[in-house]
Amino acid sequence: MSQALRTDDMDQDLRVVGTRPVRPDGVDKVTGRAMFGADYSLPGMLVGRVLRSPHAHAIIKSIDTSKAEALPGVKAVVTRDDFQEMPSEFIPAGEMLINYRDVVRNVMAREKALYDGHAVAAVAATSVSVAKKALKLIKVDYEVLPHVIDPSEAMKPDAPVLHDHIFTDGVEPKPEKPSNVAKRVEFGMGDVEAGFASADVVVERSFKTQPVHQGYIEPHACVASVSADGQAELWCSTQGHYVVRANCARLLGMDISKIRVTASEIGGGFGGKTVVYLEPVALALSRKACHPVKMVMSREEVFRASGPTSGADIWVKMGATKDGKIVAAQTDLKYQAGAFPGSPVQPGAMCAFAPYDVENVLAVGYDVVTNRPKVAAYRAPGGPISEYAVESVVDELARKLEIDPVDFRLQNAAQQGTRAAYGPKFGPVGLVQTLEAVKNHEHYKAPLGPNQGRGVASGFWFNIGGETSVEINLSEDGTATLMSGTPDIGGSRASLAMMAAEELCIDLEKVRPLIADTSSLGYNFLTGGSRVTFSAGLATVEAAREIVKELCARAAKIWEIPEDAVEWEKGYVRPAGENAGNFEPLSVADIAKVAGKTGGPIAGYARINAQGAAPSFGTHLVDVEVDPETGRAWVTRYTVVQDAGKAIHPSYVEGQYQGGAVQGIGWAFNEEYIYDDKGCLENPGFLDYRIPVASDVPMIDTVIVEVPNPRHPYGVRGVGETPIVPPMGAIANAVSAATGIRFTELPMSPPKVLKALEEHRANGGGD
Amino acid sequence: MRYEAPETIDTAVSLLAGAGGDARVLAGGTDLLVQLRADMIEPELVVDVKKIQSMRTITEENGGFRIGAAVAGAELSEHPKVKAAWPGVVEAVDLIGSTQIQGRASMGGNLCNGSPAADSVPAMIAAGTMVSIAGPNGEREVPAEEIIVGPGKTSLAKGEMVTSLFLPARPARSGDAYLRFIPRTEMDIAVVGAGVSLTLDEGGTCTAARVALGAVAATPLLVQEAADALIGTKLDDAAMEALAAAASAACNPIDDKRGTKDFRIKVAGVLARRAAQIALERARGN
Repeated sequence: MSQALRTDDMDQDLRVVGTRPVRPDGVDKVTGRAMFGADYSLPGMLVGRVLRSPHAHAIIKSIDTSKAEALPGVKAVVTRDDFQEMPSEFIPAGEMLINYRDVVRNVMAREKALYDGHAVAAVAATSVSVAKKALKLIKVDYEVLPHVIDPSEAMKPDAPVLHDHIFTDGVEPKPEKPSNVAKRVEFGMGDVEAGFASADVVVERSFKTQPVHQGYIEPHACVASVSADGQAELWCSTQGHYVVRANCARLLGMDISKIRVTASEIGGGFGGKTVVYLEPVALALSRKACHPVKMVMSREEVFRASGPTSGADIWVKMGATKDGKIVAAQTDLKYQAGAFPGSPVQPGAMCAFAPYDVENVLAVGYDVVTNRPKVAAYRAPGGPISEYAVESVVDELARKLEIDPVDFRLQNAAQQGTRAAYGPKFGPVGLVQTLEAVKNHEHYKAPLGPNQGRGVASGFWFNIGGETSVEINLSEDGTATLMSGTPDIGGSRASLAMMAAEELCIDLEKVRPLIADTSSLGYNFLTGGSRVTFSAGLATVEAAREIVKELCARAAKIWEIPEDAVEWEKGYVRPAGENAGNFEPLSVADIAKVAGKTGGPIAGYARINAQGAAPSFGTHLVDVEVDPETGRAWVTRYTVVQDAGKAIHPSYVEGQYQGGAVQGIGWAFNEEYIYDDKGCLENPGFLDYRIPVASDVPMIDTVIVEVPNPRHPYGVRGVGETPIVPPMGAIANAVSAATGIRFTELPMSPPKVLKALEEHRANGGGD
Repeated sequence: MRYEAPETIDTAVSLLAGAGGDARVLAGGTDLLVQLRADMIEPELVVDVKKIQSMRTITEENGGFRIGAAVAGAELSEHPKVKAAWPGVVEAVDLIGSTQIQGRASMGGNLCNGSPAADSVPAMIAAGTMVSIAGPNGEREVPAEEIIVGPGKTSLAKGEMVTSLFLPARPARSGDAYLRFIPRTEMDIAVVGAGVSLTLDEGGTCTAARVALGAVAATPLLVQEAADALIGTKLDDAAMEALAAAASAACNPIDDKRGTKDFRIKVAGVLARRAAQIALERARGN
């Protein structure tokens, strides 16, 4: 059970916020009534299937679809010819950037197939068997090219070049030859050379991480239906149906308002459902076939063709004085982007040293294209990779200095007023509180068994706000419908309804939260950046307060007194003092019942661009045990401590913490893509791409620290991403403590660990 | 694709023998259906054997147990006598898949799928299991180690199918065990598997032993040298180390997505030793 540590004295008498009610979507999910992406069907619906490249890198000389089109039951075939060319321009998309030139090519390969699994054509047919047969009848003439999988290999001068138009951005002068390095970024302050010169201890290490998939349990799925006059409906599993709408409109040359997108229930996204794969293809097929088209990826397709996060080659150097002050920190980060530019190396570089107050910092990043699926966002995109390496070096520094690793972090921790290397000064942040909570936790003092070790790591994520619309409609009986437009992945229907109930002083059961489709509510940016409880929460509070204001106005009207002569208190409108008149207080329901006579329907509508998102810091504490004879390592105990600002529904916050730890355990120990010598993926399934199963992880203990965000009425910070940042560093530090060996590659899979243990023993290391 | 569900072995055999193209036997289907859905196979005929009563039952015979080839793992695990006599075999079968899979997956299917990594196979080889086969030319019986001849390949001729597996009677002071290495704790395929069965005399000396390894060669291996390392000893540390060395020496693995060659060789010895230790404790308890 979690404990909540509050560090403020917010004098709030909260009825709903901070409690743990049953979730509004719970019954539908446990009874199977909930509709996920693959659950929709329409009369006359066709089956859409994608033909994918069997080659990692190949020129597509020609595509002959004539035999497939002639097959009875085939209603449409689309290829690159059905999608128009897009100009090259990077457009901000939350925490990542998108370039429609690349999006259109990722959706359907154009000049070249750039990875095993790259979509080359798609068919819509009357049945699965016809669709499968049709795919076999499509003749694609490939000219196979040499390929490159590893980012450091891709940076070599003689590496196969994926794109002739990429000349490394951010380098002066502009390179003369194209390369696989799309961009160089740099963040820093102070003078690292001078900093290292003043250090008593310097640790310098190289690290390597592998791309890892978000591992959402629900594969991508959608149903598209385009009418003869170009009105389109789309149902899909997505983190942002407004963003899907905009992307599809752009790729298909349609007006945005002609497409209505309904977000299904979503079986996990973690950032990976912020991009389009099937949706534009299904719309194109439906438009051509004049029938609805359903497309569902297999798990194999999810692995081969949807985006993981980057793998990276990382170099970190940090120096500290002998009394434990970090004086310089430097890193080089080479992140693989997959087939198109746009790895999260920039945020990775920005947050690499964010947990520490260091005067001299330099972080340089490279965005490197390789013949793999284009990366997509994955919880705190970029952060876990750089911070894993940094936290490993911080641990080693603390050991060399013989300072407790938590004390060492406390001594250097970023606090309110600390300037981050990427620019801003932090407001109130909770890193110190998470470290103190770890230090005071019983887990930190618990004895360890043989072959066990304990590790600690901290982590940071920015969190974002952004464009948000929320509408609350008060019904005639005083109940409320709350419409938000950010798909509910992490419990936003619960948390938004709780904030609305708190503001309106009505029972939570009287608020029905819904996710509106794109045509029924104003624009919403996607669910990502840990932004929804913050941003949609702000909008919800604003909309609810608009209703309260209107309730007061209606009461004043009923009583025929001025509006400023009434006041709102605990769910009732009352006359403000004796001079205002002697009237019985009116409840929300009382006023709602007569709304028709006092001016019509009562609603609140907030359309905001939410500002003031506050970062969240966390510290993870983990014990591992290593089998010295097989190299298998596993987690025996795990505690997550993180600053939530304010936990609206603590169970969901704990779930975010636990989920991050579990995903991190998979990332640390087993998850990796295995390619053969032709660049084809050998493990596109959960059998051999090993995310943890339930029995692999202990109960994850959680501690919610609450250092309120002053820019949110309840103090909310985003909590969804930070939990994935510390696990790899904490686990690597624990494995190091258990074995006496510093592991610098992920995953720390049994063959690697056993090999290192044997080398260690051969060199006289302890056993 | 044609689906048939005959009620007798004879009908099943004549269906299989008469098939024009690829014909497959369906017991639990936990491998077959996956292969069908992944388009790995496109059989002309599928013969479901679950309606054949003798293939669904466990019977005691000459002090041993005859296990129908389609008996589900869960049924085997719940049989009190088999588990008491052959805990290693039952535990090996129980490792196949999740609880839901256990309701379907069978020993016969696990063997005939032909995987070198099949969990129940090293345990059944170590146990000296005899396999009954029915075919167009009548019935025959062969040791379990003679069924798998390569990845996905068996020694069964066209029209033949496995009908039952016979676990022999147990002498006193016998024990068996199976261990596998997987990177996770569940829901995985063996990177290495090791099955050991042994018998002690009254003085605690090993009089008989069989050691089998999985996932370290193109087929599961019966390793005589590893058994020889135990027979005649009191299974002291030296004997256990000799067993481990013999097990490692017998491996002929490949590097693949599930593990490296070196790793498999080393871990095979470790697991053989650990399995022998468990088998020894069981033998001492019997």
